[in-house]
Amino acid sequence: MPVYIKEGVFEPFKEVQQYQQQLEADIGKGRYGASTVFVGSMRDFNEEHDVSAMTLEYYPGMTESALEAISNEAKQKWPVLDTLIVHRVGDILPNDSIVLVAVWSAHRAAAYDANRYIMEALKSRAPFWKKETTVKGGKWVEKNTLA
Amino acid sequence: MSISVKFFARLREELNMDEAQLEHVTGLTALQVWQKITGQPALPPKTLIAVNQEYASEDIVINDNDEVAFFPPVTGG
Repeated sequence: MPVYIKEGVFEPFKEVQQYQQQLEADIGKGRYGASTVFVGSMRDFNEEHDVSAMTLEYYPGMTESALEAISNEAKQKWPVLDTLIVHRVGDILPNDSIVLVAVWSAHRAAAYDANRYIMEALKSRAPFWKKETTVKGGKWVEKNTLA
Repeated sequence: MSISVKFFARLREELNMDEAQLEHVTGLTALQVWQKITGQPALPPKTLIAVNQEYASEDIVINDNDEVAFFPPVTGG
């Protein structure tokens, strides 16, 4: 149930493909019947102004622990076989991927529900902070969008 | 006999400080750590606190060698 913080651009679907190959090597093919993949990427607009870039800050150590705790909670709540979380930090441009959450399970309900749970918990508890660059200068994002 | 204090994001910029050290005294709370370092009587609204990288409240008692962090609401994902 790995968690990765990445400073540079990452390709979420390659990450999923590579991790799934490793997962199949570890647990054997045919063990999961459902996998869900959520990818969050950067918009070029937000509440007030066009956003030309963004910086994502995090708390090294605590951020990874928070994401690991969230993954473990999901595994306790649903019959999940494995999870993968990748989150970008540093300087980010519109269209870049920011976050990847992937879940593998025997059936679809657990894969859907656990993925949503991980994503919502990440947004409310994992220590990351966004600062947007707009025509008016840098602006810290103060709250998350509703969903 | 000291504790380490960290600030993140908007708080880090507003205080112009990312890390500080503070001498530990018995019974010190997280709020008192904030007051001693910043000179401000209260935490800004919605400020979050972590002690040893776990969320905590402002009245938690800080032990020697603890790491105390203050930061705004999180906005990842």
